[in-house]
Amino acid sequence: MSTADGAEKRPGFFARVWKFIVELWGVLIRPSSVFGLGVLVMAGFVAGVIFWGGFNTALELTNTEKFCTGCHEMRDNVFSELKSTIHFTNRSGVRATCPDCHVPHNWTDKIARKMQASKEVWGHIFGRIDTRDKFVDHRLELALHEWARFKANDSLECRNCHSADSMDITKQSPRASVAHQRFLFTGEKTCIDCHKGIAHQLPDMRGIPGWQ
Amino acid sequence: MMRKVTILLLAAALVAGAGTLAAQTLNSGLRGPAPLNDEGPAPPMAPNKNTAEKEVRNYPEQPPVIPHSIDGYQIDLNGNKCLSCHARARTGESQAPMVSITHFMDRDGQFLASISPRRFFCTECHVPQSTSNPPVSNDFVDIDTLLSRATPGGRR
Repeated sequence: MSTADGAEKRPGFFARVWKFIVELWGVLIRPSSVFGLGVLVMAGFVAGVIFWGGFNTALELTNTEKFCTGCHEMRDNVFSELKSTIHFTNRSGVRATCPDCHVPHNWTDKIARKMQASKEVWGHIFGRIDTRDKFVDHRLELALHEWARFKANDSLECRNCHSADSMDITKQSPRASVAHQRFLFTGEKTCIDCHKGIAHQLPDMRGIPGWQ
Repeated sequence: MMRKVTILLLAAALVAGAGTLAAQTLNSGLRGPAPLNDEGPAPPMAPNKNTAEKEVRNYPEQPPVIPHSIDGYQIDLNGNKCLSCHARARTGESQAPMVSITHFMDRDGQFLASISPRRFFCTECHVPQSTSNPPVSNDFVDIDTLLSRATPGGRR
């Protein structure tokens, strides 16, 4: 009985939140009577620089090999496979880390990919590929996503380093030079059409064009 | 007394013998000048040949050797990178030699529609070629040379 009385006296939760929002709006639209306009503009500018810098720093932190291999799903599967390939160690000592190939370098595309990656966080939390068997079961699906992305953007992440314009085909093996002249330079194919599985092991390739 | 001297002499002979053995160097093509009781430095690894030119077979049944590099080529249950070029349907685009018809035969000699599972793993027979000089020489003579040498101008 007394609790019912109390509920009648005190406004409900949503009513209180609404009242708070209305008061906040009143404060926000009222001109400042304490700070000068210059102070407010400078403070806004400094806060903006700090916020934007902090945001980008945090974003770049998620774009490192260390961050990617922080999850055992990545470290024990795809990263351990990368280690034996030419993109990990090679004669000139240049390494392609995870984000070099898997995150677009362009800002808007990068943000779009990072938003997509929230699904990967969900998958990590709920253990979609938390064992080797589960990972192998999903490998084809995961690979198809990446192949589709490379196909759609004309292998942009490959071309960030391997540009067709700066390729010296006289330095290539005869097979590579012929194939690149026939298919790459004519635009008939893009990198991923022939170079699937250069950095990780392949899923079941039955039915994939160009494979048996 | 006599016995002690014999034992001492024997021991001395053994030590001297072991010393000379250890000091001996054997200049073999495979070992190089490293002493027998030492493991010499490993020779540098030579890169593989990487051309598109066919190598001559030394005898008709020899599995053709691979004249190009096959680094990182995956050949397992999931896929076969070699077949991306050498499969029948792929040779038009790749201009690579097709895997021979014998690879379509099962063990009873029946032809299958595609590569027989027992012929799937290419590198069981076909191997890439190193550019290193063979440390041991070889005086192999192929059959054509041998026959023409026996009867010059005669039947082959």
